[in-house]
Amino acid sequence: MRIAVIVFPGSNCDRDMLVAVEKITGRRPALIWHKQSNLDPIDLAILPGGFSFGDYLRCGALAARSPIMSALHDHAARGGSILGVCNGFQILIESSLLPGFLLRNKELKFICKQTTLALNAESNCKLLASLDSKKTLKIPVAHNEGSFFADTETLSKIENNGQVVLRYTSDTSAYSGNPNGSLNDIAGVCSSNGKILGMMPHPERAMGAGHESSDGEKLLRSVFEAIIK
Amino acid sequence: MQVTIIIQKKTGVLDPEAQAIQQALYSLGFDDLQDVTVGKQITVEINTNDQERAKYRASKMCETLLANTVIESYKIETKEPS
Repeated sequence: MRIAVIVFPGSNCDRDMLVAVEKITGRRPALIWHKQSNLDPIDLAILPGGFSFGDYLRCGALAARSPIMSALHDHAARGGSILGVCNGFQILIESSLLPGFLLRNKELKFICKQTTLALNAESNCKLLASLDSKKTLKIPVAHNEGSFFADTETLSKIENNGQVVLRYTSDTSAYSGNPNGSLNDIAGVCSSNGKILGMMPHPERAMGAGHESSDGEKLLRSVFEAIIK
Repeated sequence: MQVTIIIQKKTGVLDPEAQAIQQALYSLGFDDLQDVTVGKQITVEINTNDQERAKYRASKMCETLLANTVIESYKIETKEPS
């Protein structure tokens, strides 16, 4: 299994992701600097969280125009798998590899908290195919721009295509579970072929021992299982 | 030639920052306030004297990087050559 974690100036979850991948797969993924313009064949590219290019202009906008991105577009065009977490999700959206946009949080605050996620049973995401959609996942978020937005037409298109993968939910009826004002409580979406997944919550921060939850490990394990199939 | 690019959220896109400013202005007594929009202004200097060419290049910049047309619209202004 060949996994590459792409590193941009300002990425700050790349090492955590490396540790998470190594813990699950037993193999250390390659760390690829964004200035590299070609990519050896890989099974999965991971775009980690952070503040690439200081979030200047728009979150992920400058990273989406980095030299490595043309190689990632080629990888995607070949049907390759990509996982983007938090800033990685923003970069995938800015690259037009995923639909919609991530706006500033509704309450204008940086949100760092545990969230409960429901896997959309209608989702066509190939990367989370082995997860049980009846079980919720506890995975934390940490972002300032995570409020998912899409125009009405795009929103109904991605809902009908099964491209909505994860939604914020809650165990109590008093709270919707949606921390940031995302439309339709969307926390993660995938590409139309189900091979590119972007999500705001950080699975690498829910890896069991020392963390509040081990559901991130479960989620990542499902991604790795999907790419070796 | 100097070109000014103004980037704003499209109508219908949630803008909590503009809403917060609007509320603050209301509470400061500006009760005739009808709407607030928050945007970005980017000034670029383009190496040409041709106004149409400068506008064309600036629009290319917007489409390629400066604006995300999923949520933003842009306006391009050039000064008449004096």
